[in-house]
Amino acid sequence: MLSEFLPVLLLFGLATAFAVGSIAVSSLVGPRVPNPTKLAAYESGNEPLADVKNTRFSVKFYMVAMLFLIFDIEAVFVYPWAVVFRELGWFGLGQMVAFIGVLGVAFIYEIGRGGLEWD
Amino acid sequence: METPLWVPLLQATVVFTYYLLLTALLIWAERRVVARMQSRLGPNRVGPFGILQTLVDGVKMFFKEDTTPGMVNRSIFTVAPLIGVIAGFLSIAVIPIGGEVTLFGETFTLVVADLSIGVLWVLAMGSIHVYSVFLGGWASNSPYPLLGGIRSSAQMVSYEIAQGLAVASVIIYAGSLRVSDIVAGQAGSGFADGVPGWYAIPLFPAFMVFVIGMVAEAGRPPFDLAEAEGELVGGFNTEYSGLRFGMFMLAEFMSVVTMSAIVVTLFLGGPSGPTFGAPEAFAGLIGTGWFLLKMVVFIFFFILLRGALPRYRYDRLMDLGWKVLIPVALVWTLVTAAFVILEQEQPGLGTDLRLTLASIAAVIVGWLLFSGREPRDAGDGLDRHEPAPGPVAAPTTDTADDGTTPASDDTADDRQEVAP
Repeated sequence: MLSEFLPVLLLFGLATAFAVGSIAVSSLVGPRVPNPTKLAAYESGNEPLADVKNTRFSVKFYMVAMLFLIFDIEAVFVYPWAVVFRELGWFGLGQMVAFIGVLGVAFIYEIGRGGLEWD
Repeated sequence: METPLWVPLLQATVVFTYYLLLTALLIWAERRVVARMQSRLGPNRVGPFGILQTLVDGVKMFFKEDTTPGMVNRSIFTVAPLIGVIAGFLSIAVIPIGGEVTLFGETFTLVVADLSIGVLWVLAMGSIHVYSVFLGGWASNSPYPLLGGIRSSAQMVSYEIAQGLAVASVIIYAGSLRVSDIVAGQAGSGFADGVPGWYAIPLFPAFMVFVIGMVAEAGRPPFDLAEAEGELVGGFNTEYSGLRFGMFMLAEFMSVVTMSAIVVTLFLGGPSGPTFGAPEAFAGLIGTGWFLLKMVVFIFFFILLRGALPRYRYDRLMDLGWKVLIPVALVWTLVTAAFVILEQEQPGLGTDLRLTLASIAAVIVGWLLFSGREPRDAGDGLDRHEPAPGPVAAPTTDTADDGTTPASDDTADDRQEVAP
């Protein structure tokens, strides 16, 4: 069972060796001339004003994160059903319609309340 | 059956080299094609048609300074680009790049591993790729990368759901997660002779959702908001330089190749295709050719998109993902399931019903496309289609009608009087 993952492990090794090796070689042969401007945060050539701790971003992204969790879990429930639903027949389909329907009603409500509007 | 160790080693090496080479060729082809579209020549000096340009650029990148700015979180800053590249290579582990090959008495398929979880592996690696973008932006500890990282991870997770649900209808149709079953299900002809049995045909809406989703997932134009140069100075990779920046770029270009491979496998039959009665030994190689051909079509599609379309606005991008693609994919998943069960209980009825519904849908879509109705704006309140004739036209009519002329007209009149 687990032995079928052996080739994947080999591919992982190849990819890791390639990526890490390239960066290691580059750090050996590349120049290293640091100066204060290079080491400062990039802000279009200005003196860095904002500390990243004070960088604010829209609360909408939190909404996206929460919705992502809900819908991703919904998708995760769909996959096992998708594999065996031929045996479950109409009963299984009805259950799935009910499950997606409950989430769908919430989704429509969310759209109606403007939860997905980006001003 | 005991396979010697060199078989998986060969499989892994072949697949690794295949995708690395294709990525290098993609970068060259993209520069050439986009140059043509913009009436330029593009790189044409190194090798025939400049085909070695990517290699030379790659070597050059080794000799560039790889700066680590002072404020970054060093370990995560270094690991983030690696995650992207490694996840990119791993995602194609389950995708067969050709049929069966017999070498030194061992028969094997040109795939790294035909896992039982199959498609889920592809989706999981796609999700891990988001970490690379987000951690890269976060560990930079700098405003632009942080905003860019959040923005592109929000984009990627949104389209990931739509894509995942589109894949769910493929799983429903094939009845298995294993990629070899999905490919086998598409071999031969479909509902009529001469029509390939590709899932793209019966599952056309899911196919469309997946194609749009994959462009957004790869962060390619017109959905390249991750690196909106004019707004975010490159987004999450702003603080990167040298080869670590190169790794991000490699991961992005490689995702074009891997996404093409995935869509070809899931919806266009993968390496299946007519073998023209070739002997058994060469049939696998012909499959490799078919797979490459189908992939090149999609890679070309990606390049043409980049050359032809301007960047999407962020609010419209999210609207498209959440309000169009996800509902379509959800509904289509259920519709597909209903059709499959119908076909199972009354063979023949499902196909007829499906053909009828498909023709009705085609007529409706055609009517919507050609009836000349303007598409509704994205609901941002700003109507960009109208040139707003009202405010421009109104003052002139006002001044013409009543005698009280505004100040601007006064000066205009004065000038007319002075001029002679």
